[in-house]
Amino acid sequence: MDLFVEGIKQALYLLIELNREIFSIAWRTLSITGPSVLISLLIGIPLGVVLGLMKFPGRKLLLSLVYTGMGFPPTVIGLFVAMFLWRSGPLGFLSLLYTPTAMIIAQVIIATPIVIGLILAAMQQLDPKLKLQALSLGANKLQLFWILIKEAKIPSLAAIMAAFGGIISEVGSAMIVGGNIKGRTRILTTAIVLFTRMGKFEKAIAISIILLFLSFLANFALTYIQQREGIYWKR
Amino acid sequence: METLLEVKNLIHRYNQKVVLDIEGFELSKGEVLALIGPNGAGKSTFLRILNLLEKPTQGIVNIFGITPINNRQRHNLRKKMVMIFQEPLLFKSTVYNNVSYGLRMRKKNKDFIKNKVLEALEKFGISHLINRQAGTLSGGEAQRVSLARALVLEPEILLLDEPFAALDQPTREELRDDLYKIIRRENQTTLHVTHDRNEALVISDNVAVMNEGEILQRGRTEDVFNKPIDEFVANFLGVETILYGKITSKSDGLCIVNINNHKLEVVSDLEVGKRVITCIRPENVTLLKYSLKAPLTSARNSFISTIKDISSYGLVYRVIMDCGFNLTSFITKESLDRLNLKIGEKIIANIKATSIHLLSRK
Repeated sequence: MDLFVEGIKQALYLLIELNREIFSIAWRTLSITGPSVLISLLIGIPLGVVLGLMKFPGRKLLLSLVYTGMGFPPTVIGLFVAMFLWRSGPLGFLSLLYTPTAMIIAQVIIATPIVIGLILAAMQQLDPKLKLQALSLGANKLQLFWILIKEAKIPSLAAIMAAFGGIISEVGSAMIVGGNIKGRTRILTTAIVLFTRMGKFEKAIAISIILLFLSFLANFALTYIQQREGIYWKR
Repeated sequence: METLLEVKNLIHRYNQKVVLDIEGFELSKGEVLALIGPNGAGKSTFLRILNLLEKPTQGIVNIFGITPINNRQRHNLRKKMVMIFQEPLLFKSTVYNNVSYGLRMRKKNKDFIKNKVLEALEKFGISHLINRQAGTLSGGEAQRVSLARALVLEPEILLLDEPFAALDQPTREELRDDLYKIIRRENQTTLHVTHDRNEALVISDNVAVMNEGEILQRGRTEDVFNKPIDEFVANFLGVETILYGKITSKSDGLCIVNINNHKLEVVSDLEVGKRVITCIRPENVTLLKYSLKAPLTSARNSFISTIKDISSYGLVYRVIMDCGFNLTSFITKESLDRLNLKIGEKIIANIKATSIHLLSRK
């Protein structure tokens, strides 16, 4: 029991004194996850809207690829990305392996199918006549796109939440393509693995608390918006 | 009159099945046309094609003299029309944001938008709802917002796809009256799809009747209702009595039609010897109490009939009689009581020779 009590005590101490090492890991994590989420939204939202609203040949195949992608093991994605970026691999000349960029690439590949899948589901929930109504009122393609995203705001927020939650807590690919290099690619999850292995439980616990807090904060903010919007849309 | 919209040789298919086959169709400036037909006739699809929301499989849709060939042209032409659906389809925002939507899409300046929106809200009597969230409105209020959102654009053509069908009766009538006051005042060109013939009768100058993707008849509302072109149109427009017969003689435009060996006098242009379908609207059959000394009326056709059935039909009663053939009449509750009608009793049914319509049988 001492291990726990002592560990938590030390951890809280580290947090209170704003331990530099721990907070720089937290900051780095956000600076990698943030762009990853953003990029996956930029790619995933348009694709999700298109797949959700338009009918074209090959759509069913794309849908099944997206659904497969949503459940793809991140570690396997990490492996493929690492192989591509390997010095003798097809993209080895870019020297990206073990850099934050490599981690972002892997995270985008993990999160994008989740965003696409959830956005397309959100689009399919909309009344198909809403699209016609917006067009009839004079919206062009881009304006249509925007109003439909706004209409599907709540389920779209779920997509952001799921993308963020999926990659901030992910460890396999981060380890493989990032390499957990101190001061460069060490992020919250990989740090927890490392410190646990080293027996530095207080640090592992302190970092876990931050990780839990971050994912709680993100979910809380989104849930709050969802509920506030939801008041008007109970029907 | 200036033609705003013209359709030629339009054929539209879904999965190889022809859902629309329209040889020609026109809409003139200022015209209020009711497009009526049963469910599944293709009315809504036709409307979507006219609004350029759907491309026809083949054929020409010409709007304001332009046949659009690319998406840009379609978009630009679409901006001169607007369509309203059965559901209000409001966006999840305030009433103001909803009504201003189309103007914002047209990049109008803020003051202009504000003035127009306030004006539109006023017209539809919903100024007090301006800051309400769309989701909190009642069905009638929401449809008012939807109408304001469309009419604020001052469209050249207003396309209505059964906009009142989802509302309850009193709300529907109130909203219809309010909308049509505006349409008439502003001389708004309107194409109104409905499956309700009474609605069509109340609102329109002209009527087009559609069935199975084809326009069967188009003309002045009164003419179409009184002179349906075929049995389907007659039936759909509420002609209750449809009888098969033959013109046996004719003099001075007055035909004698033989129906089951009963003679009916009808004013018609058709020739002697023609096999005909006789259409009698229930409003045109008047009833008199049966007595041995039947009074004379200007009606040429007077039949002693036996009452077979009496049933309530909205505000009127439908009386079905046997006078050698089946005949249906609508009468008010008051007449029903006054005549003291009972099933099995005798009654005199009168039909004027001018209020019977003959169709030539193919």
